[in-house]
Amino acid sequence: MNSIFLASYLALKEVWRNRGRFLLVSMVIALITLLVLFIAALGEGLGTNNREYISKIDGQLVVFLEKADYIISASRLNQTTLRAVRRVEGVDSAGSVSAANTAILLPDDKILKVSLLGVESGQPGTPLITAGRSFLTDQSREVIIDQRVVDRSKIQLGDFITIRSTQGTKDEFFELKVVGITSGQAFFFQPSIFIPPFVWERVRPKSEAELNNLTPAINVIVVKLKDPSQAAAMGQKLHDSVENIQVADIQTTINNVPGYSAQQGTVQTQGFFTLLIGVLVIGGFFQIQILQKVPQIGVLKAIGASNTVVGVSAIIQISVVTAIGVAIGGLMTYLFSLGFPPTVPLSFNGNASALAIAALLSIGPLGGLVSVFYAVRIEPLKALRLS
Amino acid sequence: MSALALEVRDVIKTFESDSGPINAVDGVSFRVDHGEFVALVGPSGSGKTTMLSILAALLTPSSGQVLIDGQDLARMSETRRVALRREKIGFTFQSNNLIPFLTAAENVEFMLRLNGNLDKAGKMRSRELLARLGLADRLNNLPNQMSGGQQQRVAIARALIHAPTVVLADEPTASLDTERAFQVVRTFSALIHENNRAGIIVTHDLRMVQYCDRVLQMRDGKLVKELSGKPEILALAKGE
Repeated sequence: MNSIFLASYLALKEVWRNRGRFLLVSMVIALITLLVLFIAALGEGLGTNNREYISKIDGQLVVFLEKADYIISASRLNQTTLRAVRRVEGVDSAGSVSAANTAILLPDDKILKVSLLGVESGQPGTPLITAGRSFLTDQSREVIIDQRVVDRSKIQLGDFITIRSTQGTKDEFFELKVVGITSGQAFFFQPSIFIPPFVWERVRPKSEAELNNLTPAINVIVVKLKDPSQAAAMGQKLHDSVENIQVADIQTTINNVPGYSAQQGTVQTQGFFTLLIGVLVIGGFFQIQILQKVPQIGVLKAIGASNTVVGVSAIIQISVVTAIGVAIGGLMTYLFSLGFPPTVPLSFNGNASALAIAALLSIGPLGGLVSVFYAVRIEPLKALRLS
Repeated sequence: MSALALEVRDVIKTFESDSGPINAVDGVSFRVDHGEFVALVGPSGSGKTTMLSILAALLTPSSGQVLIDGQDLARMSETRRVALRREKIGFTFQSNNLIPFLTAAENVEFMLRLNGNLDKAGKMRSRELLARLGLADRLNNLPNQMSGGQQQRVAIARALIHAPTVVLADEPTASLDTERAFQVVRTFSALIHENNRAGIIVTHDLRMVQYCDRVLQMRDGKLVKELSGKPEILALAKGE
């Protein structure tokens, strides 16, 4: 126990008496922290913006058109399939989801691009409403908007919004009444607005050939099971019972969002290499410092300090300097993030940020491992050049 | 307590070299009692620093025995040798003596910390010792805020504070001017005698042996001469 106290005493005294030098090392760690946390937050934010709506869906399975390769925009289903899915034993409820893009007209000729989702009120696929209510009927010209739409415009509950939609070769404008607000429902990097299926079919952008089609097109069907633990078996059962479909769970659906896996892989690779560079830089710093301290360590050992004291002291010092660096870096990241516009998808709430902080706290000790071994192996006689 | 503090019995230290094995210390034997201050002198390469390293338990002899308070250094484990260094040996080096981020008082107290017995009395004792060495106004100075002589005096205080059996000094005056060198060795000698420790100083500067009780002269690894009479020692110090 005395060794730990001694090691702490030496480590902290040295850090305090050379605080300028150690603060410089901490600042380097802080900059690495800033970079890693931003990459982690960006990865989390990009991922969230891509998958948020799907990840919050109140269901366990998603039905696609066969050979759509689990890509929502490539899947085209119809009402017959929807009815067939609802009839399968074990299905609690099923709701259609139709997806398109549109733009809300804002004052001063500005627009806000949004995902236009057609959902059935009360069925899986409808978001949780945080304020207001859901649609009255499948044909009501009513809309539920994501909180992000509220944040980026001055639209309030009860307001009418105008959306622009290309119908054939012409732009047409549709008015919808805001009846509900939901939160955290980004889809394909855009905030979402939700409207009833028949209204969706009317207002969605269409080609010339689709202009006379009034039956709502369906991209996918969200299925809520009576027993969620039977998801795998029910997926197979649905596939066997309903023709021309493929079934995926929520995670598979997210992984097949176009670009999602590649994007997350890229961000994770960047984060990994930044951490690796951090380990090497910090390792280099502490190695140089130990080399400068060879005579000092020699004196310590010559007067009777054990290897435990020398080694633990180095570890404590590295850990303290790293922790200070990560704390400064975390604060810097937070302050910087306040200045970013909401269009930059930064998210600091996810596991990725927590994981990044844990990884950052370990880069110092990891990088300093070689120097700790070196310190322990210093021979006092050679260090003091007595012989 | 027995008068005998340190006994060296027929110690040989052999190093390998390109031209074959060399005995840096070759069959050296001597004894040092408590309260005795001994100088180890000789030309460069005579083996005195190797001998000091063996006495400090930093180097193991190839053969022979080194007994401190009856314990044989050559037969100890590395862990025990480390413990012996902090409990029974005090050491001052030529340079790089002090821990650079500890103040004078903290450097001295560190030996007590190392031995797990730093208390209020110990702190008081270390301050008194530093004051006795003329450093009362330097207690809170870091080593880089002190002169070479002041640093050596702090090192002497550190070497004595934990009441070791043997106090070793390796060329403590090497980087000091004449006046400071005499002052340091004179004080060192006085403290060795007052505190009843066994002191051994390795020095090139024969003028310093005047403060010693005995002088051991080495050449080519062997102990060639021993002076113990005050007139002989003073004559050597004067270069006669």
